[in-house]
Amino acid sequence: MARATLPRKSSTPRRRNFSADRAWSLVVLAPSVVMLAIFVYGFIARSGYLSLTDWGNDPVQALSLNPVIKFTGFDNYANLFTGFLETRFRQDLVSTLFFTVFFIAACLGLGLGLAMLLDRNPRGEGLWRTIFLFPMSLSFIVTGTIWRWMLQPSGGVNALFGLDPNNNAWLTSSSTIWSFDFNKLPLATAFVVGLVLLVVAWRAWTSGDRTRTWTAVICAALLFLWALTFGNRVQITPAPEPHGFNLAFIGIVVAAVWQMSGYTMALYLAGLRGIPDELREAARVDGAGEWGVYRHVIFPLLSPITLSAMIILGHISLKIFDLVYAMTGLNNLYTEVPALYLYITAFQGNQFAKGAAIGMVLLVLVAAVIVPYLASQFRRSDRA
Amino acid sequence: MKKKAVLVTAVLLGATAAFAQGKRVEVFSWWSGDEGPALAALVKLYKQKYPSTEFVNATVAGGAGTNAKAVLKTRMLGGDPPDSFQVHAGQELIGTWVVANRMEDLSSLYKSEGWLSKFPKDLIPLLSSKGGIWSVPVNVHRSNVMWYVPANLKKWGVSAPKSIAELLTACNTLKAKGLAAPISVGDASFPQQHLWESIALGTLGRAGWADLFSGKLKFTDPKAVAIWTNFGKVLDCTNKDAGSLTWQQATDRVVKGQSAFNIMGDWAAGYMATTLKLKPGTDFGWSAAPGTSGTFLFLADSFGLPKGVKNKTEVTNWLKLLGSKEGQDAFNPLKGSIAARTDSDLSKYNAYSQSAARDWRRDAIAGSLVHGAVANETFMSGFNGIVAQFSQSRNAQAAAQAMQALATQAKLGQ
Repeated sequence: MARATLPRKSSTPRRRNFSADRAWSLVVLAPSVVMLAIFVYGFIARSGYLSLTDWGNDPVQALSLNPVIKFTGFDNYANLFTGFLETRFRQDLVSTLFFTVFFIAACLGLGLGLAMLLDRNPRGEGLWRTIFLFPMSLSFIVTGTIWRWMLQPSGGVNALFGLDPNNNAWLTSSSTIWSFDFNKLPLATAFVVGLVLLVVAWRAWTSGDRTRTWTAVICAALLFLWALTFGNRVQITPAPEPHGFNLAFIGIVVAAVWQMSGYTMALYLAGLRGIPDELREAARVDGAGEWGVYRHVIFPLLSPITLSAMIILGHISLKIFDLVYAMTGLNNLYTEVPALYLYITAFQGNQFAKGAAIGMVLLVLVAAVIVPYLASQFRRSDRA
Repeated sequence: MKKKAVLVTAVLLGATAAFAQGKRVEVFSWWSGDEGPALAALVKLYKQKYPSTEFVNATVAGGAGTNAKAVLKTRMLGGDPPDSFQVHAGQELIGTWVVANRMEDLSSLYKSEGWLSKFPKDLIPLLSSKGGIWSVPVNVHRSNVMWYVPANLKKWGVSAPKSIAELLTACNTLKAKGLAAPISVGDASFPQQHLWESIALGTLGRAGWADLFSGKLKFTDPKAVAIWTNFGKVLDCTNKDAGSLTWQQATDRVVKGQSAFNIMGDWAAGYMATTLKLKPGTDFGWSAAPGTSGTFLFLADSFGLPKGVKNKTEVTNWLKLLGSKEGQDAFNPLKGSIAARTDSDLSKYNAYSQSAARDWRRDAIAGSLVHGAVANETFMSGFNGIVAQFSQSRNAQAAAQAMQALATQAKLGQ
């Protein structure tokens, strides 16, 4: 993107914009721009529109030649988040958030650990790098099939290490931990946001920005007030609804981490190699121990890489479909994610509008991860 | 000269156009792999009878047609319907494609071919709605069958239970003898729902089962809630690793003596007889699922005639072949199913199929829920979720309420 702005800054006059080169580049780019406009953004818009209709809620209209489609506003969304029958969707949402957290944490931890080991130039480093990076060359379907075999209760890992299949149900556990009532979610969100606002207020106070301090404090106070009075009484769903972390996801997390941690390792390794030796030497001269060098010099310098890795892993995990499909199949609620439910709703249940609504929820989730990152990248490249 | 060239070109163009539009029939199914040879036998027969018609085999592989159905919907919505497509007979077709006004009524074909007297009487209403008959069933499978190994039962000192109460007693007896999971079941993709439907039929009986889907009996009725209570008790007798087993692996547990009983459709007989080379009747035994004897919970693969196909005669020929004695007897012994017609040649079938065919002619017929006979796809897809949720929460009342809400949403029985 930085390249695109370069000609303007250069001393060449603007009139040369219509050079043959530029015309040629337009011609070459146009088809993909048009295709993107139609097949990505056009279809997103169409899905967005469909999610506001009732297409497929009536089986008679679902597959008619000329279906009567009514505009129903945000009914589908309201139904997904509060409807009696949509407990399944809400559990999927909770599951995918848990999965994302564990997947990212494990990938980052393992990737960084491996990168630090390889950074010490062990013998056969190239070979190790290839071995760790290799899983990434497989598709999630292949990974899923392999790990499905490996994690079978009475075979694979359990047989190899002589583990009791009843206590080591990697993919088949039906236990849930950290269960909470879905109705408490707004309350919890209010508290978390309130705490963040207080931190913001504290920071503003220490840097002497009075206006900001008071705005943050007042907002936080209002939020807490709401949480303690009305928030307590919020009932989103008709009945109390426990959702938690399904232990069957452990197997899926293991497989996903196996697939992606090599990639994080490669990112970190590139980052580590990019840190000049002088910095480490300087830290050592200043009296830093081995751990001190990492803590005060290397980790801070690696933080942009951590951010990039989190973005990439985050959007993969939010929209994951194929891995779970291959490992535990359809209709397995213990390991279901919203993308699978979307497929089931739209292509098995013929409820196209509801499927579109689930798709839009997923899009918003992924966008919430990607857009701030993209924005910061654009800003950085503009400055460059 | 010029005129002549134009004329020749026109003739040539016309000829190619005629050739391209020539007689062809595109048949869409999910019969591949093990079921491929059975389809091939039908195709061979069709080509013998109608050698001038080109047969296009549009098979989309994938268990129980999950992938095929998604492809079919894309094609239909995109205005490119196949000439004839495989679909489970009953509401899966009626609730999806017939209500959408996409199918031709086949009543006249039934009359001209004399099929009304060749298929069992109980079957026709399950294939009909709004005064039309909508598809031709080529085969029949039975859903409510319980499988066991007679020698093992003898060893353990139990007999095949006749009712759900007896099943639960047998379960306790076997557990006391150290068999951790007397009943085996596979994953949530369909085996668990399959178990549910046999338990439901066993709990309600045939009349109650039919009332459930015609809307006469509410899912929240205490009688219907009892299905879930029973289902929960039966689940307590099943293997813990169910989630990772296919239905074949669940059958394997019975064959290996790790479980005593397995309730599965009669494709399990094909698996045990053909793949595992076991002898029906001696190496493995069967009976109707507990509480369901005298009722044949059926599912059938069938083909219909979509509206607006170009090669109507050729497709009708295909349907005629499917419904004929010759066609059904060519297909079913290879597929491991039985003929939907009651006059098929039983000598071509193995011991299990012969017994199933006898039951088909004699028993009352009810439609399978899991395999599309009694509810539309919206209901089936939601039902999958409710069974999965129940196995987590074990809340019979909540499950029953969810079923009723789902029935309303899917306009069941309306």
